Amino acid sequence: MTRKLVIKEVLASLVSMLWFSVLLFPFMVMKVNVASGVAQIRFRWAAMPVIAIAAFVLSFLWRRALIWNEHRGDKLSTSSPFALARAFIQKALSKKPVRRTSLLVLLALVAVYPYALGMYHTNIMITALIYVILALGLNIVVGLGGLLNLGYAAFFAFGAYTYGLLWKYAGPAFVSAGINTGWIFWIALPLAGIIAVIFGILLSLPVLRLRGDYLAIITLAFGEIVRMVLQNSSAVTGGATGISLIPRPWLFNLRLPPRQAATYIYYIVLILVIFTIFVVRRIEDSRVGRALEAMREDEIACEAMGIDLVRNKLATFALGAFWAGIAGVVLAAQTTYINPDSFTLWESIMVLMAIVIGGTGSIPGAIGGALILKLLPEYFRPLAQYRMLIYGIAMIIIIIFKPDGLIPRNRKKYTFVEKVAQDGKAEVQA
Amino acid sequence: MDYFLKLFLSGTAKGSIYALIALGYTMVYGIVQLINFAHGEVYMIGGFVALIVGGFFFTLGLPVPLVLLLSIIASVIFSSAFGFTIERLAYKPLRSKTRLSALISAIGISIVLQNFVLLAQTEKYLSFPSYLPELPFLLPVREYINSTQLIILATTSVIMVALTLLIKFTRMGKSMRATAQDKHMAQLVGVNINQVISVTFVIGSALAAVGGVLICSYMGQINYYIGFIAGIKAFVAAVLGGIGSIPGAVLGSFILGWTESLGTGYISSDYEDAYAFIILILILIIKPDGILGKNQKQKV
Repeated sequence: MTRKLVIKEVLASLVSMLWFSVLLFPFMVMKVNVASGVAQIRFRWAAMPVIAIAAFVLSFLWRRALIWNEHRGDKLSTSSPFALARAFIQKALSKKPVRRTSLLVLLALVAVYPYALGMYHTNIMITALIYVILALGLNIVVGLGGLLNLGYAAFFAFGAYTYGLLWKYAGPAFVSAGINTGWIFWIALPLAGIIAVIFGILLSLPVLRLRGDYLAIITLAFGEIVRMVLQNSSAVTGGATGISLIPRPWLFNLRLPPRQAATYIYYIVLILVIFTIFVVRRIEDSRVGRALEAMREDEIACEAMGIDLVRNKLATFALGAFWAGIAGVVLAAQTTYINPDSFTLWESIMVLMAIVIGGTGSIPGAIGGALILKLLPEYFRPLAQYRMLIYGIAMIIIIIFKPDGLIPRNRKKYTFVEKVAQDGKAEVQA
Repeated sequence: MDYFLKLFLSGTAKGSIYALIALGYTMVYGIVQLINFAHGEVYMIGGFVALIVGGFFFTLGLPVPLVLLLSIIASVIFSSAFGFTIERLAYKPLRSKTRLSALISAIGISIVLQNFVLLAQTEKYLSFPSYLPELPFLLPVREYINSTQLIILATTSVIMVALTLLIKFTRMGKSMRATAQDKHMAQLVGVNINQVISVTFVIGSALAAVGGVLICSYMGQINYYIGFIAGIKAFVAAVLGGIGSIPGAVLGSFILGWTESLGTGYISSDYEDAYAFIILILILIIKPDGILGKNQKQKV
């Protein structure tokens, strides 16, 4: 850096130092407390130098990072050690035996996880894996179909409540008939998927004409209505108190103590995740999947190619809803307690964030995004009250420096290279 | 009839509250096509600044009208500055990227601002002292409309007219419309779109701040979380009226306000928030682009 540039940078940092010192002054330095209707202000001058120094340093770093980010693509990507490592991994993974072994190793690691790390970590992992299923399901809707769905938590709720209500109303019958109540889980699992699909189709029927943000807001409205209905029909669903003491799934006829039960649910959810990945991958490469992608890219062109848009959109919502229903049952089984507060708009937004941060439309991205989003706050716990603040900042930083997500989707691309031949005729190369 | 009139007027007051926030939403959307999730947070910031600055001047012993004026000015200035900073930090780097990534950034900002206020101030509900004057001529009809409601209604009307004039007749308004139509083309004819976008965020945030002060005075309390729900409601209102359209946002807000207050009055208060969403669904099914939204013909 030249001397002039250094001076310029320092000046810019000083400006933002001043700016942020003024901007944050009423919040950081003045602390308000209202006692008997009168607002009282306490000044905390100690915060002042902290803001000033932090603003100076951070603004300097931020501008450097933005410049670095802009020119990241300029250099040949093989130069940095990071890129070299990535290229090496990609090359290695393209070989089938290597891919197989690494998959097996991964599977083995995942399989011994509950024994290696204990119940606390297993329970966290179960929650994270439930989110993986949700993210993979929503990825069909948002990533493949390009339909922004902000009411995804509603289908999650349908799943959880299918199990909860089945337990509440059919449970006593099971007990009196002498049938093991652990079976209810296995009945609820497919049933929840089916119910979620039916609701998915019903709810998407009226919104077929809508596009873009209008679709987003109407799915948001549906999600909120579903939650409010669950909350207010207390005679059926238990209202705001929800349904408690939902049984965990039993292993054959064995009722497991909590520790083993957690391990058992972990394996169930793991198998479900693998099943989901398998199915979603098949969908992606199928005729339906390609039709969905065509719809995302251009609805009119897609219709002109003879693709039935209505059927396609219904299929998208139904496919997405199915996984949410399944995930809901597992959630109810893990927490043994459900209430409408678990299915708020925030829940839908979290799943959406998982897939955008992971890389919209990419399966490894959705998995990675969901794991990061769910595990990060858990391991931020020592930071106590600062964790949500850091979480929000992390979101912004990730999305600014990786706007296509952490593991962007490798799309099959056919690029046209247009070359003007010497005789002036345009020549197209595939 | 008497009961209906009461509900109708309280719905009107509610609607004008939503309108103040929805205007900012719809302006930002019209120009950068971004669902600015952080808009509700800017409104919350506006309320807090008014509380803090107002409280400070009040303890200095200044007369109440002056305190009110100073706190509104401070809240407008700080909220605008926040809006400007948010746009520069979190949205500008993503302008050429997919809209979904900007949306995530907006949600991130929303989380950050909520938790910032939570940590720097308090997680409790604080009661918000009302500096708004009692209008004596309203005393005979006070069971129908109180002075806070009337002030909110009047402010909303004035702001809406001013905004329409600004966009229709000033040079900046022209640049805004040009940017909304086509960013590249606007740039080609010499519009400084960075400036236009910044100004849009500043105006939107200033409106949110005015909304924050008035609404907190009306509700009588404030909390770090009030922005989220208000933001969602205002967004619904903006979409209802046709997002991007200024009269649409106001109309949508009134419809929302009336639906909520008539619904709670005649049907049940359990579903207060659901009425808004039901009316939204019904209207969007009939008119997919909102009430006053332009029906955009899609071309290939």
